Parts: sequence; C-alpha cells; structure tokens
Amino acid sequence: MSGTIVIIGGGQAGAQAIDTLRRAGYAQRLVLIGAEPELPYQRPPLSKKFLSGELAEERLWFRHRAFYDEHRAELVLGKMAIRLDRATQSVVLDDQSIWRYDRLLLCLGASSRRLTCAGSDLAGVHYLRDLRDAWALRSEIRPGARVVIVGGGYIGLETAATCAKLGCSVKVLEMADRIMNRVVAPVVSSFFAAEHEKHGIDIVLDTRVAALAGSERVEAVVCADGTVHPADFVVVGVGSVPTTDLARAAGLVCDNGIVVDEFCRTSDPSIYAAGDCTNQPSPRYGRRMRLESVDNAFEQAKTAAQNMLGGALIHDRVPWFWSDQFDDKLLIVGLSQGADRVVVRGDPQARSFSVCHFSGRELLAVEAINHSKDYMAARKLIAERVNLDPERVQDPSLALKDAS
Amino acid sequence: MNPKVRFVEADGREREVQAPVGISLMETAKQHAIVGIVAQCGGACACATCHVYVDRAWVERLPPPEDMEVGMLESAWEPRDNSRLSCQITITAALDGLRVTVPEEQA
Repeated sequence: MSGTIVIIGGGQAGAQAIDTLRRAGYAQRLVLIGAEPELPYQRPPLSKKFLSGELAEERLWFRHRAFYDEHRAELVLGKMAIRLDRATQSVVLDDQSIWRYDRLLLCLGASSRRLTCAGSDLAGVHYLRDLRDAWALRSEIRPGARVVIVGGGYIGLETAATCAKLGCSVKVLEMADRIMNRVVAPVVSSFFAAEHEKHGIDIVLDTRVAALAGSERVEAVVCADGTVHPADFVVVGVGSVPTTDLARAAGLVCDNGIVVDEFCRTSDPSIYAAGDCTNQPSPRYGRRMRLESVDNAFEQAKTAAQNMLGGALIHDRVPWFWSDQFDDKLLIVGLSQGADRVVVRGDPQARSFSVCHFSGRELLAVEAINHSKDYMAARKLIAERVNLDPERVQDPSLALKDAS
Repeated sequence: MNPKVRFVEADGREREVQAPVGISLMETAKQHAIVGIVAQCGGACACATCHVYVDRAWVERLPPPEDMEVGMLESAWEPRDNSRLSCQITITAALDGLRVTVPEEQA
C-alpha cells in the first residue's frame, strides 16, 4: 500500500499498531496522534505500582523515543483530533493542523464514567484513567487519610489495595451485593472481600451514592439510605464510556463503541478501529462485544494493522484479563456468560485456587487466584474447545488438561 | 557501567545491549526492540509472552522462579528446563554477560 497511515490514540492499541505495521513491511509514512503529551504508556500500573510510587513514569512507556525514530513513526503528542473529514481523508487537530491519510486507525479508548449526583464537581473527587489522574491521586495519598472509593470493580479495588498499603484508611462502596459481581463467581468475590477486610478495608455492599458533600472540597459521601461516610478524598471507579465523538461526528456507525466488523474495519473501508472504543462481532461468542482489556486492544490492533495492509485476518481470540490486589493475582480467561455449572478447584483458604465455568462439558472460562498453572492450561483448553469432565475437574490433584 | 546482556533472536541474530540495573530483562528487551519479546501484560506475570531460554551456564546463577512463574511457563510455547519469563528477572550487576535465546513463538 502506498500513502500515509495515521493512527489516532497513543494507548496500547496505537503503540502496538506501529510495531505490527513496520514488522509487516509497511514502509510508507506513519503518524501517531495522541492527545496526551507523554510517550505512549501502559495504563494497568496506574492503579497499582505507579500509584504506590514503586514504578517510575518512564517504566510505563511501551517504547523509548528511539524506537519511534528507528521505526520512522512520527509522534504528534499533546494534540487532540477534533474533526475527521472523510471526504478529503483528513484529520484536523486542536492546533488547526490538517493531516491527510490513506488509511486511518482509530484507537480512541474510553473515558471514566462520571458521577452526576450533587457535589460531583467538588475538589478531591478523583477518577483514574490516565497519568494526569494518577499524579493527582498520588498527591492526595498520605498515611491516615480517609479515602472513600465508589465502585467495587477492578479500578476501585486495586486503588483501595494501593491506598491501604500506603497507610490510608479505606472504605469501598459497592452498589451490588458483592464486589466484582460482573466479572467473577461469588466465591472469588468472597475471597477478595476477605483479603481487603484483612487489610483493614471496610467494604460496604448494597449501597447507592446519593451525593457528595463539602463546601469546596469533598468532605463526605452521602448514601441513599442516609449514611454519611466522611472522606478526605474520593475515588470513583464506576466503569467507562467508549470514546466515539470524533467517529460519530464523521458519520461512522457507532453503537456502544465504534462499530467494526471481524476485520476491525469501521463502516468506512479506509478507516479501522481497535481497543476499548470498538464494538466488534465475535465469531466465537456469536454476538457483538465491547471489551476493555490490554489483550483486546493488543490483538485488535495487530489484526487491524495487518488488514490495513491488505490482509484478511479475523479477530477471534479468547479474551483474558488480570488484576493485582495486595499480593493476590487474579487471572481470568474466557467469558463465563452462559455457563450452567461452576466448579471450584482447590481450597480458597489455601489462597490458591481456580473456578471453572462450564456449559455442559465445554470449559467457558476460568478465574484463577494465585494459580497460574490452571489459567495457562485453560487458555489452550478454551481456545480449542476441549471437552472436560466437570466431576473430575473438581480434583485439584489432576491437571486440568487431563480431566477429560 | 551498566551490565551487558545478550539476546539471541529466533532467527539466530545475536544482540548485546546495556541493561540498566533495577529494571527487568523484559524491559531491557523492549527498549531495544528485541524481536519476539512481546510482553503483552507489561510485566505482571499474566501472559507468558516474554518467555526466553536462559543459557545453561546462567540457569543456576539466577534467583529461582516463584510458583506463579513456574505455573505460567508450564503451558508457554515449547517450555524447556531453562525457560524463564524475562519480566521476572531483575537486572543486577551480577548478570553482566547473561545470554538468553528468544523462542520462535510466544504463549
């Protein structure tokens, strides 16, 4: 292909696309436009080792500057794409510069879902999505500070663990009747709740935030039942919203994300999209999905990049996820929707176990807690749709792959 | 003076690079765009795509892998008894001269 490829978005997907395009032999002009001023960086440590100060900012970078120079990738950082003009195949940035493309890759990511209740705009109310958020949060964390975290999902719980480690007094407010209720089995929720409580974190379930109280800064979180939780600062982790404004305004089909096909192509054949911003049909699961994960961003970017060069690859991998909370590692592979049986392998008391979700004899998903062996084995078993005997899977002395 | 480590890429190409003390062998590889070190999870020990084969002479000289790493390696691409995840090896002065080979595929 001749001409110019422009990538918008400097996250996991954008950075990966550069690598894949050059490795695949693309030799023409390559431009990456990123709204943030930093070199493309990893987000997962923002709630963990970066927040705790263990990891310096440079160690978040996917690649050093020299990599982009060597790969002749022009980085246009700290500039926001404000308009996409499909008729002239060009992108306009907030400095009014215009960038022509022959192929465009949208890696726009997602943004934190915001609270809208009274007091939401008070100082001291934090979200955690990018480096700026993480630095702002870091400046608030100090021993003895009272932090109230709204949302018991990955972001909320990882942040809770980090804050507790740094000596804060932490409370987590969760709407549902258990933490991480959308992504793990009840036994896993219970395990992590106990771990958090062991570290002094107070988890409040079945509660709904009604308002944030304070004069200039937030001073408390008020729940719908009238309970008041005093806070020196608040962290909100209540999900995210795909970034689609640019695509939508340009007339690309969007529906809970930028709609792409199996090839990561949008409704405009010269525009592709990858990562958290996409809504893609999954051949494996037989439905459209919008996944938020490193793995999905990485694989979609690889697929999109190769297809932009004339390939016809279909993105159809088994998704995987991970979370670190205290010294516990949660590894998840597959999606458990549609499971009719759940088998626990090993003893949660021993702090190393796995939870297998089955539909009949087919293994759909595994949640592994400090148990990389079952997780890795499951990646292959699920991908290959190997049938197992759920009865035999219950025996943890038997390797997962041998439980057929 | 930073220690030097050598990566042998799957096609046999060998590269010697400076490895800053305190970062991981995986991060060193990424900085120098060593072919075949994917490191999708960025060092969280969650993907097994930074797998390397450590030169025999060095296997015993590295701090041994923890259980999580051992479990990851079991189902990595063609594991051998000298397999390690490069994200779990921290560069120290003692690793000057370390030589590892990158497998043909990852995970």
